[in-house]
Amino acid sequence: MTLLEQKGEASSHLPVEHHQGPTGYYRWLSSTDHKVIGKNYMYTSLVFMLIAGLMAMLIRTQLASPNSTFVSQQTYNELFTIHGSMMLYLFAGPFAFGGFANYLIPLQIGAPDMAFPRLNALSYWLYLTGGITMLLGFFTASGAAAFGWVGYAPLSSSTNSPGAGPDLWIVSIALVGFSGIFTGVNLVTTIFYLRAPGMTMFRMPIFTWNMLVTGLLILIAFPVLTAALIMLYADRHFGTHVYSVKGGGSPVLWQNLFWFFGHPEVYILALPFFGMVSEIFPVFSKKPIFGYKGLVFATLAIAGLSTGVWAHHMFTTGTVLLPFFSALSLLIAVPTGIKIFTWIGTMWGGQLDFKAPMTWAVGFIVAFTMGGITGVFLASPPIDFATHDTYFVVAHFHQVLLGTTIFAGFAGFFFWYPKLTGRMYREKLAKLQFWMVFIGFNLTFLPQYLLGLRGMPRRIAVYSTTDHFTFLNRLSTAGAYLTAIGFVVFLINMWVSWRSPIKAPDNPWDGHSLEWATTSPPPSHNFHRVPPIRSTRPTWDMNHPEHADGRVRTEAELAGEVLE
Amino acid sequence: MKFEHKLYLGLGVFFALIVAIYWFWSGESGGSTLLLASALLGLVPGAYLGWWAMRMKPRPEDVEDPTREESAGIVGAFPTYTIWPFVMGMGAFMIGLAMVFGSWTLVIGFAFVISAAISVTLESKRGGAV
Repeated sequence: MTLLEQKGEASSHLPVEHHQGPTGYYRWLSSTDHKVIGKNYMYTSLVFMLIAGLMAMLIRTQLASPNSTFVSQQTYNELFTIHGSMMLYLFAGPFAFGGFANYLIPLQIGAPDMAFPRLNALSYWLYLTGGITMLLGFFTASGAAAFGWVGYAPLSSSTNSPGAGPDLWIVSIALVGFSGIFTGVNLVTTIFYLRAPGMTMFRMPIFTWNMLVTGLLILIAFPVLTAALIMLYADRHFGTHVYSVKGGGSPVLWQNLFWFFGHPEVYILALPFFGMVSEIFPVFSKKPIFGYKGLVFATLAIAGLSTGVWAHHMFTTGTVLLPFFSALSLLIAVPTGIKIFTWIGTMWGGQLDFKAPMTWAVGFIVAFTMGGITGVFLASPPIDFATHDTYFVVAHFHQVLLGTTIFAGFAGFFFWYPKLTGRMYREKLAKLQFWMVFIGFNLTFLPQYLLGLRGMPRRIAVYSTTDHFTFLNRLSTAGAYLTAIGFVVFLINMWVSWRSPIKAPDNPWDGHSLEWATTSPPPSHNFHRVPPIRSTRPTWDMNHPEHADGRVRTEAELAGEVLE
Repeated sequence: MKFEHKLYLGLGVFFALIVAIYWFWSGESGGSTLLLASALLGLVPGAYLGWWAMRMKPRPEDVEDPTREESAGIVGAFPTYTIWPFVMGMGAFMIGLAMVFGSWTLVIGFAFVISAAISVTLESKRGGAV
C-alpha cells in the first residue's frame, strides 16, 4: 500500500488514520514506518548491549583475582572479542543512527517518513541477522572469533584463527556494514530532500545536523571496512595474500584499512550523541542553544579531521607519518572543545531543571571530558609509545564510549521515551540508575588508568600476585558490578512503566523542535499539521508566541500574499 | 539546494587539501588513495547538486519565509507496509551463512533476494504515482 503525502503547512486536512494495516507479528515484519523500524533498532541494540554487558561482567570477574581460572584463556579471548564487536558494531552505532536517527529525523524536519522506507526496513533486517550471525559463533565447535574486535592480520588468517567462528564474525560485520551504508544513504537523502517548507539547513535541530554529518562519515568509512572484510575472507578461503607477507601482501594494510574505517567510526558513534545532548541542554535550561552555527561548523570540522587521523592507532607499527597524524589528532580537540564550551554556555544563566535527561547529559560532559583529555595525551607519540596496548588505552576509550553511548544515550532515551511510547518513565528510578552507573563507571575505569601506567597490558586473562595489579583490579570489578546493578534498575524502570503506565503528554518538557508538536506517540506519517517554521525552535515559537524567535505571519497577512 | 551543494563541495575541497599534504609529506599510497576517494565522494555529488541548483528555483525548504502557495504540493509516495524487505534480508542472511558453512542455502538465499528485488521494484512502480 502506498500513500501520497501533502506538503507542510497546507496539510491540515490530512485524514487521521489513512488505512488499516496488518496487525500482530506480520505488522512488525512488514512495516516500513520509520518509527516502528527506529524502535526495533533501539530495542534490539539495547538487548545486544545487555548481552555484551554480561560478557563484560565475565571478563571483570576473571580479572578480579590473580591467577584466576574462572574462564579458560581461549574463552576469555572470545569474550573480549565479541564484547567489543557487539558494543561497537551492534550497539553504539545502530542505537544512534538506526534507532534515534530513524525515529527522530523525519519528525524533526517535518517529513512523513524516511526517503527510502523499503531500504530502511531492509537495513534493519540486515542488522538483526548480522547480530545473530555474530552470536552464532559461540555455538560452533571452534568457538567465536578470538582476535579482538579489530581483527588484526595475521592473527585473523586461516592458519592462526581456523574455524567457522572468525568467518561468522566477518559475515556478521559485512551484513551490519551494508545495513549501516543503507542507513547512511537514507539519512543524507532524507535531510536533503524531505525537509518541511521553511526548514532551511540552518534551522535544522542540532541533532539532525549531527546525523547528517554522521551519514556522510558512514558513507566514507563503512565501504572501506566492507572491502577490507571481503579481502580478509578471500585471504582465508581463496588463497589470496592481501594481508600476508608470504605472497607479497602487507599485514599493516589491514590496519590501515581497518582504522580508516575505525577512526571515523569513533565519531560516527560520538556525533549522534553530541547531537542528543545539544537538544537536551537548551530544553532543560529554558534557553535557545548557545552558538548554533559554531556547533554546526565544529561538527563539520570534527568529521573532516577524523578522516585524516586513522593512523594514530598505529603509531607503534613504525610505518606511519607520526607528525602528520599527531598534529591532526591534537587538532580535533579544538572543535570538540568548542562543543563542550557551547554546552556549558547553553546552561550558563539558564533556569536549570535537573530532570533525569538533564542529569544524564551533565554526567556525559564529565565522563566524556575525562576520556577526551586522556585522548589528547595519547595523540602525542611519546606518551602513546609508553602506554600503547595497556589498560591506559582501555580506560581512555571506555570513558569516551561509555560517556557518549551510555550517558548521552540514556539522556536521549529518557528524553524521548515519552514520545516513543506515550508513557512516562519513573523519574526516581532513572536518577537512581544514573548515580549507580556514574559511580560504578568511574570506579571501574579510573583504576584502569593507574593499572595502565603500571604496565598492565590489554587482553591478558591472567596476571600474577607479584605484578601488584590485584587491588586496582578488584576496585575496577566492584565498579563494574555496581554499573550492572544500575542496568537492573533500568530494566525495572522499563517494566514498571510498561505494566502500570502513566500517560505522557505530547510535550512533557516544553520542547523546542518539531517532534514535540505532534502527538505522543506520533500518528502514522507523523503530523496532522506541521507548525510554521520560522526559527530553529518552531514548537517553542508556537507555544510561546510572546517569546518567539521567529515571527509567524498572521492569517490576514498570509491571505494578502496569496492574492498578490 | 545551494547550501547542500556547498556542503559537499566544501568536504571535497577539504579532503583534496589533506590528500595533497599527506601525499607530498609521506608518499604513502594506501592512505592517499583512500583520502582521494573521500575527496571524490565530496566533489562528485557536490558538482551534481550544484548543476541542479543552477537549474531550479529555491525549494520551499530553502527559503526563510515561504508562502502558503509555495508550500503546497505533494511530498512523495510512501509505502506503508511491504513484506519484501524482510524477504530480502532473510535471503542476505542465508547467503551470509552459506559463505561460512558452504551449503546449498546459497541457492535459496539468492532465490529470496532476486524475487524480493523484482517484487519490490514492481510494487514501487505500481504505487509510485508521484
